[in-house]
Amino acid sequence: MTNRYLKDVATLKLKSDQCTGCGRCLEVCPHNVFLIEDRKSVIADKDRCMECGACVKNCPFNALEVKPGVGCAFAIIMGWLTGTEPSCDCSGGSGGGGCC
Amino acid sequence: MEISTRELKIMPTSSKLTFNDVVGTWKARWGINRMNYTVEPGLYSVGKPNRNSPVLVSANYKMSFDSLRKELDGVEAWILVLDTKGINVWCAAGKGTFGTQELLNRIAVVQLEKVVSHSTVIVPQLGAPGISAHVVAKFSGFKVVYGPVRARDLKEFIQLGMKATREMRTVKFTTYDRLVLTPVELVGTFKVSLMIFGVLFLLNLLGLGPFGLVDFYGYMGSVLVGCVLTPVLLPLIPGRAFAWKGWMLGFIWAIIVNVLNGWNEWTAVPQYSILKALGYILILPSVAAFLAMNFTGASTFTSFSGVLKEMRKAVPAIIISLVLGIILLLVNSFI
Repeated sequence: MTNRYLKDVATLKLKSDQCTGCGRCLEVCPHNVFLIEDRKSVIADKDRCMECGACVKNCPFNALEVKPGVGCAFAIIMGWLTGTEPSCDCSGGSGGGGCC
Repeated sequence: MEISTRELKIMPTSSKLTFNDVVGTWKARWGINRMNYTVEPGLYSVGKPNRNSPVLVSANYKMSFDSLRKELDGVEAWILVLDTKGINVWCAAGKGTFGTQELLNRIAVVQLEKVVSHSTVIVPQLGAPGISAHVVAKFSGFKVVYGPVRARDLKEFIQLGMKATREMRTVKFTTYDRLVLTPVELVGTFKVSLMIFGVLFLLNLLGLGPFGLVDFYGYMGSVLVGCVLTPVLLPLIPGRAFAWKGWMLGFIWAIIVNVLNGWNEWTAVPQYSILKALGYILILPSVAAFLAMNFTGASTFTSFSGVLKEMRKAVPAIIISLVLGIILLLVNSFI
């Protein structure tokens, strides 16, 4: 069984004119979002994107854009309560999150 | 002028995990000493590596370090442990502590160029959200090769000439992967659960009860549904939003509780009023939904935008449902 999350939400963008087809994004993407077609990278399945930002960080040509963030409800609640950016920080010990 | 040279510091380690290592992992899974489970950052040797041996980068969370070295049986390698403040590779990469800066810094601190004659470091693929490979190469001369997602594929990766298959590059979230994450979810609810039991006890003292066994197991059942059952059955439950999945199983649980207590065709002797039965229908699924929603943080595939969208609907719905349910239970107590 495959795990799939909400559709049409990911903020991932690919600027095709800046892409050289080096393939780094295919290498780092943990969810097989990209494919090489006609010597350029294309977003094959955007709904699989979890906005981790690995492709953006590793694109030497700045062809990728995403609003990176933690996909963690507990972090977002803590962000709302403390008025800060949600960050992946479960070190409080009372957290429901099992990430880190 | 005298040029001082720093001594190379290499810490030997092994691919064999000791009993203490296994116990340590188990404790961390249950949330015991989990935020202090670290190893010293620096350069380690596994087997008898030489100047041509591969350099594997890891985090200083001991569970990360252990899950790497236990896969290196028969491999001679260097392990470069970054200071990630005791956080695993993927989470630390998201925060940036497993990052370009720290990798450059650690390469310089351990004087990696004096230890190996090649200029390649193998970074776990899940470290990529924190590392800009081209920037590392530019400032250190070391080329970053992204290894497989799972350490257990490392041997094959090295045998294939440092090539990862598509399979090795893809993150999974198997039933077992989900199951091992559930203890820490359960442990995380203890404090709040104790507080809820305390409040119910006080309400009993004030004569606003009685809250008893059914309330206790009804609530505990919802906690198990949200923290264990929903995560384990995750892809099998229809729908996509985690809160929805938890709500559905929680709703089934609430029906079970009511049926067990006489709200059915057969025994037909309800043990409590319709108000309480409805209260359970409103409260129990909401608790499960909230806890299931929190599992997004442990999952491997939810995005920030997605979780935010889910929460904008789920959080108000959960709060309204909980408040209505609590009002019904209290009204029931007064009658």
